[in-house]
Amino acid sequence: MAGATTFHIGIDHAHRFESKAATRETPVVKWLILGISLTFFVVFLLMPLIAVFVEAFRKGWETYLTALVEPDALSAIKLTILAAVISVPLNLVFGVCAAWAIAKFEFRGKQFLITLIDLPFSVSPVIAGLVFVLLFGAQGWFGSWLSDNDIRIIFAVPGIVLATLFVTFPFVARELIPLMQAQGREEEEAAVVLGARGFQTFWYVTLPNIKWGLMYGVILCNARAMGEFGAVSVVSGHIRGQTNTLPLHVEILYNEYQFAAAFAAASVLAVLALVTLVIKTWVENRAAQSHKDSNRDDAS
Amino acid sequence: MSIQVKDIHKQFGSFVALDKVSLEFPTGELVALLGPSGCGKTTLLRIIAGLEAADSGQVLLEGEDASGTHVRERQVGFVFQHYALFRHMTVFDNVAFGMRMKPRSQRPSEKQIRTKVHDLLKLVQLDWLADRFPAQLSGGQRQRIALARALAVEPRVLLLDEPFGALDAKVRKELRRWLRNLHDELHITSIFVTHDQEEALEVADRVVLMDHGKVEQVGTPEEVYRHPATPFVYSFLGSVNLFHGRIEGDTVQVGDDVLPHVPHDFNHGAEVVAFARPHELDIVIDGEAGNGVAARISRILAFGVTARVELDGVNGASGQHFEVELTRARVLELGLAEGQAVRLVPSRLKLFEREIVGGVLQ
Repeated sequence: MAGATTFHIGIDHAHRFESKAATRETPVVKWLILGISLTFFVVFLLMPLIAVFVEAFRKGWETYLTALVEPDALSAIKLTILAAVISVPLNLVFGVCAAWAIAKFEFRGKQFLITLIDLPFSVSPVIAGLVFVLLFGAQGWFGSWLSDNDIRIIFAVPGIVLATLFVTFPFVARELIPLMQAQGREEEEAAVVLGARGFQTFWYVTLPNIKWGLMYGVILCNARAMGEFGAVSVVSGHIRGQTNTLPLHVEILYNEYQFAAAFAAASVLAVLALVTLVIKTWVENRAAQSHKDSNRDDAS
Repeated sequence: MSIQVKDIHKQFGSFVALDKVSLEFPTGELVALLGPSGCGKTTLLRIIAGLEAADSGQVLLEGEDASGTHVRERQVGFVFQHYALFRHMTVFDNVAFGMRMKPRSQRPSEKQIRTKVHDLLKLVQLDWLADRFPAQLSGGQRQRIALARALAVEPRVLLLDEPFGALDAKVRKELRRWLRNLHDELHITSIFVTHDQEEALEVADRVVLMDHGKVEQVGTPEEVYRHPATPFVYSFLGSVNLFHGRIEGDTVQVGDDVLPHVPHDFNHGAEVVAFARPHELDIVIDGEAGNGVAARISRILAFGVTARVELDGVNGASGQHFEVELTRARVLELGLAEGQAVRLVPSRLKLFEREIVGGVLQ
């Protein structure tokens, strides 16, 4: 996962290279590379996106709207938002804690923890879902205890939240660790020497320094939380109107040959993705800006 | 406030950063901790501040054991090598930070804070920069702001970690003088860490020389420069010429050559290391054998008021290099030329008995 700032530094270099005849590539090479990447972009990214909206509106506005305000669809949207609203703040807290521990403290097993944070990225989401079934399912480790106490996790909302939490865990931490490591401890030490308490140090010194990276992590985390299919699919049970998230809802409609409705629901996810992209780009710009400032800070 | 450290020991893994260090810093003095990198000076400073904990030993602030006192209650001002200014705050907010973090009952009013901040900014002569951000300042300005910020909480001691280390030579020189003046004005007990001997000798009331986690010598700049206690101190405080030899009555036998020296309390036959600063050596052209060390001129650099002559040793001292500082007039008078064979005669020689340090004969 690229940091929030790396892109923009690249653009600066590109500009420097392009502006001089001595370092410029021949037009043939330039247009060939540009052509390949643009073709790829149009075929694999732009066309599917357009197709989603074309299919969604094929039967007109009314069908589109009905598909979205239908109770099952509304409940899927609600559940998706609920899962995101719970898992994103929790991962924000976990992520900041984990990043803080790794960047600012020395302890045994640090490398292990870093590897562990990446686990949700390297494990297939289906496996992640299955793990929760094995733990909390009817036949699972805690299954009998849970059913004795009348607590439902698998095939219920808590399971969906857990699965979402699991797959989105690395986003915030991954974004913050390199950032916090690069910033070191000096500013915080300065704050403590000046009499600041732990929380004051965090609030007035640490947080402002990591806010753009944090925001970036939260956006990615949120996008994944709303879009997650695999892990959630395993624990959800696909009960309509109860345990269906938006991606699962799309799948069900599609399997039932309700293409217009399926694409209508998919278009909501697509819009979400686009909004995420816009916010992400804005945050990236701000992060690059503050990165530039702090670089100037280090320079002289 | 007086500071005392007693038997401070600190180890990072198998690396001994501080080896039973005991020191006293009297009230109102400006003391330099001087030594090469890795000698433990910064670690000692951080232990005094409380940013680092010693493995054993005590830090006494005004006679009271501070080992259990949290950093924020020690009332120390700390200035970091890389300033550590809060980059997202204006200069004003940086300086006001310490006062604003105080518990509500002790916190001055916003109006008092404003007055105080402006007073401090005037003290460091940067009042006009209050609304700027750290990134908009030069290195020297940032370090002065960092100092103002440290002073804002009215610390009982001021600790500076290589305060001018990241600045260029000219600014460094200016800030040195400025720090000295500031100290004369405020008389706050201050310790600063540096690896620059010129800086330490020029600014401090007292210099503590450290090497390999141990204190080598403590004294006024003049004392340590004129009367270095160990070979390390001698060679750290300026350029040196070094001769290995043996005591023979009133002379030092260096290979086949002989250096005169005022009798010292060394036994006949003792193995010694003799030191002379470049300005303490003279060049003799037609000296008779047996007086002075033979050498060959390799380079003459005569662009300043003084000329520097670089020489290679011959005979017993072959493979060694020497450096002599003469007036230009003297160089002309002698008619020195590169490649010429000459003899070096010291006007002053500092002898140390050869000892085995870390298994290496020095």
